[in-house]
Amino acid sequence: MKMNGARILLECLKQEGVDTVFGYPGGTVINIYDELFHCSGIKHILPRHEQGGTHAADGYARVSGKVGVAIATSGPGATNTITGIATAYMDSVPMVIITGQVPTALIGNDAFQEVDIIGMTRTCTKHSYLVRDVEEIAATVKKAFYIARSGRPGPVLIDLPKDVQIAQTEFVYPETVDIRGYKPTFSGHPRQVEKAVNLILDAHKPVLYVGGGVVLSNASDELRELARMLTLPVTTTLMGLSSFPGDEPLALGMLGMHGAYCANMAMTHSDLIIAVGARFDDRVTAKISTFAPHAKIIHMDVDPTSIKKNVRVDLPIVGDVKDVLHKMIRQCEKQADRCSRFAESLKPWHDEILDWKTRHPFEYVQSSTVIKPQFVIEKLRDLSDEDAIISTDVGQNQMWTAQFFKFRQPRTLLTSGGLGTMGFGLPAAMGAQVAFPDRQVIAICGDGGVQMNIQEMATLVQNRLPVKLVILNNNFLGMVRQWQEMFFDKNYSQTCLELPIDYVKLAEAYGAKGFVASKPDEVEEVIRKGFSEKGPVIMEFKVAREEKVLPMVPAGASLNEMIFNA
Amino acid sequence: MKHTISVLVENEFGVLSRVVALFSARGFNIDSINAAPTNEEGISRVTIVSSGDEKILEQITKQLNKLIDTIKVIDFTDGSCVEREMALIKVSAEDDSRAEVLRIVDIFRAKIVDVTPRSYTIEATGSPQKIDAVLELLRPLGLKELVRTGPVAIGRGSKGWKS
Repeated sequence: MKMNGARILLECLKQEGVDTVFGYPGGTVINIYDELFHCSGIKHILPRHEQGGTHAADGYARVSGKVGVAIATSGPGATNTITGIATAYMDSVPMVIITGQVPTALIGNDAFQEVDIIGMTRTCTKHSYLVRDVEEIAATVKKAFYIARSGRPGPVLIDLPKDVQIAQTEFVYPETVDIRGYKPTFSGHPRQVEKAVNLILDAHKPVLYVGGGVVLSNASDELRELARMLTLPVTTTLMGLSSFPGDEPLALGMLGMHGAYCANMAMTHSDLIIAVGARFDDRVTAKISTFAPHAKIIHMDVDPTSIKKNVRVDLPIVGDVKDVLHKMIRQCEKQADRCSRFAESLKPWHDEILDWKTRHPFEYVQSSTVIKPQFVIEKLRDLSDEDAIISTDVGQNQMWTAQFFKFRQPRTLLTSGGLGTMGFGLPAAMGAQVAFPDRQVIAICGDGGVQMNIQEMATLVQNRLPVKLVILNNNFLGMVRQWQEMFFDKNYSQTCLELPIDYVKLAEAYGAKGFVASKPDEVEEVIRKGFSEKGPVIMEFKVAREEKVLPMVPAGASLNEMIFNA
Repeated sequence: MKHTISVLVENEFGVLSRVVALFSARGFNIDSINAAPTNEEGISRVTIVSSGDEKILEQITKQLNKLIDTIKVIDFTDGSCVEREMALIKVSAEDDSRAEVLRIVDIFRAKIVDVTPRSYTIEATGSPQKIDAVLELLRPLGLKELVRTGPVAIGRGSKGWKS
């Protein structure tokens, strides 16, 4: 049957198993929206800003593991998606973004609402396609989804000119996809795995250093099995937090700039770092020349460009980390005696770590008069469901969540780790709630970032998405203020958000419920009230204004040079 | 250190800009670049000469491999290749210098491809070092215009890039 390009696009999405898209209509996608009007099987969520839609598709993908899909029109619609695309790219989130484009005959003419979105997103997409012929749509969509979800996942953009959406052809969806230049290595090399296991079993002070790759490849079970089998201490990056239960005895917590003292000390004193799907980001290594001076490094990653990019590596293993960890477990099982001897031999190392753990745990000074933000996070954890999904914004709210919300299950933390995008928290939570309508979804934001996509409150109310928005309100751009206090003589240049906003009224203006707490003894009540509401809620906590995220490795210092009181 | 890198890519629009972007994004200059189709349908070969920090060039090579449209990347830094480039050189040739230009052309087995009463245009082919040598001799006679292709490179030995 002959169909137009717009219809073919929707049929392709269905073939890929897409049942939800986040999109915003406009002149060059009006044909797609017309087909959507007649089409069943695809749910469409209309955000109030294309950036919100893109972050929502991202949140949807992070929490479900499926490919998130966003649609935007040409020109400003397309440019509004860029921050969302870059956010997904930095955190390796599988997404397909479909942008309308002016008709092919007008491309390059500075036509109305024309931008070269392919050029603009070249460095923040895994790949991109401009489709110039209706015959190419099906094969392009097939390739786009394959690229987005395979190897190291990432966003793929499809730019679809209006005339291509209108042109007609037979719809045939390709059954297979073969891209000769793109053959990601899935299977870890058995010889390398064997060498890795030998290195581990010879180590005295090993640390598993775990990143977002473990979450992306659904390898949490394998990680836990290997760690328990060999009693390996586990530290995670921000992106890897949910991959290993925060309350396990082997868990050291997050490492890096605002990481746990014990994690940073363990890395510094380690003789073997086993990096699993992590990329030695500068927020993790601190001063690179003094990073882990005594350690050999095993680095497993699906992306060969991550290996040896920032640090020397003694043993690289390219492959999907789930596959590699699985092979390591099998390898260990073959030498069970040696493994249990090894586990016993780690006793002094565990004692050393326990000493660091007890010396400086994550802590704060509780107050009876002002709400400490860390206290709110602890209460949220106590009162939330076991499988609650948490999204954060960026800054202090993000770091306190990382430090004090001991995550229990994989894919329950959505946070912009690589790009550090303010305004991510609320729309990402929205996408997560669409993916899991029956789970508790909590967005934890500051009063700065929340304003950047606050318009999505309307989308939540309209679609009955019961996201619980928590605002830690200190009337400051808190993280920058903290730096100004510590390193810039308390010159609070442009970080004080003078205007107090009535968030209860704001919630009500959108048709949601709002609650506010300004004293510590009101915190629990507000959370309980908020959680018991059926619809979306804003919970505002007026928190200690000048509370800092500590401990901290100042810029340029080594990982073990942490500030505890400043 | 100078690197000569061959990149076999899908012959599609936008590919060259993706390749070049990997260099420019790291503040690396490309000394020369050329691209043309190969004997295999749909595959073009890009030859890039660049120099800079070894670690960054290793990263660029890996990133080149990562591009979806890249089929193969070959770094010829070890010298196991034949490199050739061509130059078209317009040189002034009047009265006494006409014979001298012809002598130089003859020595380097170059060719005259265009003649006017006041100039010769020369086609010279060879290793980049040979082109440099020709230019050095012609320069004092009055070099009017020069265009070089930048080197193309092919691996030594009987094997093609696929094997």
